[in-house]
Amino acid sequence: MTTREKRHLRNGLLFCAPWFIGLGLFTAYPVVASLFYSFCDYSVLQSPVWSGTENYRRMAGDTLFWLSLKNTIIYALLSLPAGMIVALSLALLLNTEVRGMPVFRTIFYLPSIVPMVASAMLWLWIFNGQFGLLNWALLPILDLFGLKPPGWLGDPTWAKPALALMSLWGVGNSMVIHLAGLQNVPKELYEAAEIDGAGTWRRFWHVTLPMISPVLYFNLIMGIIGSLQVFATVFVMTGGADGAPARSTLFYALYLFSVSFYDLRMGYGCAMAWVLFILIVALTVVATKLTEKRVHYAT
Amino acid sequence: MQPRTRFGRCIVYGLLLGLSGLFLLPLLWLVSTSLKPIEQTMSLPPTWLPRVYYATIGDQRREVTLDHQLPDGRWQVIERSPTKMRTHALAQAIVPASAIEVRVKPRWENYRIALATMGGRSIEEAEGTVAARQTGYGRDTAVSFGTFLRNTLIVCLLGIVGAVLSNAIIAYGFAKIPWRGREAVFAVTLATMMIPFPVLMVPLYGVFKSLGWIGTLKPLWVPAFFGGAFNIFLMRQFFRTIPEELSEAARIDGCNEWQIFWRIILPLSKPVLAVVALFHFLWAWNDFLGPLLFLTRKHTFTLALALQNYQSQAGGVQWHHLMAASLVVILPIIVLFFLAQKTFIRGIATTGLRACFKSLNLS
Repeated sequence: MTTREKRHLRNGLLFCAPWFIGLGLFTAYPVVASLFYSFCDYSVLQSPVWSGTENYRRMAGDTLFWLSLKNTIIYALLSLPAGMIVALSLALLLNTEVRGMPVFRTIFYLPSIVPMVASAMLWLWIFNGQFGLLNWALLPILDLFGLKPPGWLGDPTWAKPALALMSLWGVGNSMVIHLAGLQNVPKELYEAAEIDGAGTWRRFWHVTLPMISPVLYFNLIMGIIGSLQVFATVFVMTGGADGAPARSTLFYALYLFSVSFYDLRMGYGCAMAWVLFILIVALTVVATKLTEKRVHYAT
Repeated sequence: MQPRTRFGRCIVYGLLLGLSGLFLLPLLWLVSTSLKPIEQTMSLPPTWLPRVYYATIGDQRREVTLDHQLPDGRWQVIERSPTKMRTHALAQAIVPASAIEVRVKPRWENYRIALATMGGRSIEEAEGTVAARQTGYGRDTAVSFGTFLRNTLIVCLLGIVGAVLSNAIIAYGFAKIPWRGREAVFAVTLATMMIPFPVLMVPLYGVFKSLGWIGTLKPLWVPAFFGGAFNIFLMRQFFRTIPEELSEAARIDGCNEWQIFWRIILPLSKPVLAVVALFHFLWAWNDFLGPLLFLTRKHTFTLALALQNYQSQAGGVQWHHLMAASLVVILPIIVLFFLAQKTFIRGIATTGLRACFKSLNLS
């Protein structure tokens, strides 16, 4: 090593020193410890006792574990496609060149910066079965068909759709990412397609979609990761981690939290966290493989 | 794309207007509810404007609430009084609808009461009609809104200082100094972004517990001083766009690495520093799981946790107060958004997007 290389190494390590501490203390150690605890009986009050694969085997027979997984997947299937479609549609609307666009963009984006606890509070009130805004608006429509408005968060069948509906209000972030993708599509492509006689629909299908496919892919992956870990809104709106009503909103992260911090079965909690991690990685890989041929990177 | 026909433009405008109405409606409902008296939050059909009713009871003109309408069209009205709570102490009368005077008037005192009761005081205590509980739980049952705000600001501001400073220093080490092993360490750094928080949650709790930090604000801001993978990445990308010639010139003038970083690179990096600061503020202001895990006593709660606590303790009837408290938590974020809109858009649309892309396509 030359003196110059030595100096670089010393300086580089010095500049990165805070990160080595942070990485070690707040990431590397917790990852290793969590993996170890997942094979142990552990509560934060006592030191861990090795129990082999006991936690993982118990998970296979834990009905609440499977229920939480099922609830989470149903929620993801409700909120993810709807969210992608709404975000893309709004982005397409915002990508038209009409006046006042910055104002509209601001309005659609605004809800997504509302603090999660506060928006949970607001929607709790909107979903209120008796005096809520939503049911009041729905009442005249449902009355035509002789239907009663649902109790939303008080009703096990409607609690998950309610949460998915609420999540549509906060699509602003992915909308902006879609919009950035749309604005990066070169105008010449549309012009060329038009000269070739492609109508609006075919231009969208054969030009827009392939060109923004990386953005769609990115939003899909972020959506999967996000919806599998949904926690705060549900915790606030259903009054804790037990998934009221009737465990219909007992999502994976809520069950994991209550197992770890209410029951203090932290070894089991860690095992659940690792299953979640593996699930996320697996789904990301599957989504990547499925979309690989359709995701088109321009550069 | 430009809609070609007038008809097309009309459709686009129609959709934009309709949908923005739909997106704004919940926020308008929030504001409307927060300014109503309690009985008007529970009126059917719901009204949008908060109202005050006056009627003459006995020989006195008073503010009243409409209790119910009689079959003959007249109204049973009850005197409205903030100090007298029990119904039998309140004056009542039956008056014709025409004798009731209606005025649209926002009830601003909802905000005062919501903020006063947020920390666990009862409405009577907040109104001053009952002496505040002094001892016993004292400190824990009655914390003021100011305490929550102070806690939140401590977490946000110290966190910003930590995040901006540490990530800039670290990113400089990754972007501008070619040390052996740098690329490998950087790859590990990016890989840590994939780890979901639940995996780290339990051991982190253990780490903070052994440091004696559980129940204090430290777990919420100290880690910011030790960098974060995403921000390191963001800043590294920015630093790499600054021409190497600038650093070389400074080096020839006798600057050491720290001086180059502090005097040349940092002043040129204000846009990315602003993005990191802004997003850290948002994240810390909104964070719920962190405070829920690490804070134990009410006088250390942040606003997000205090708001949730307020809702679960005050029960499900005081909607006007809950909405007022929620709006107080939302408002600073919205003001910040309008002040820093450019930084916001830059943060999400360009840097953020490109950064995330690259991190997902490492290969």
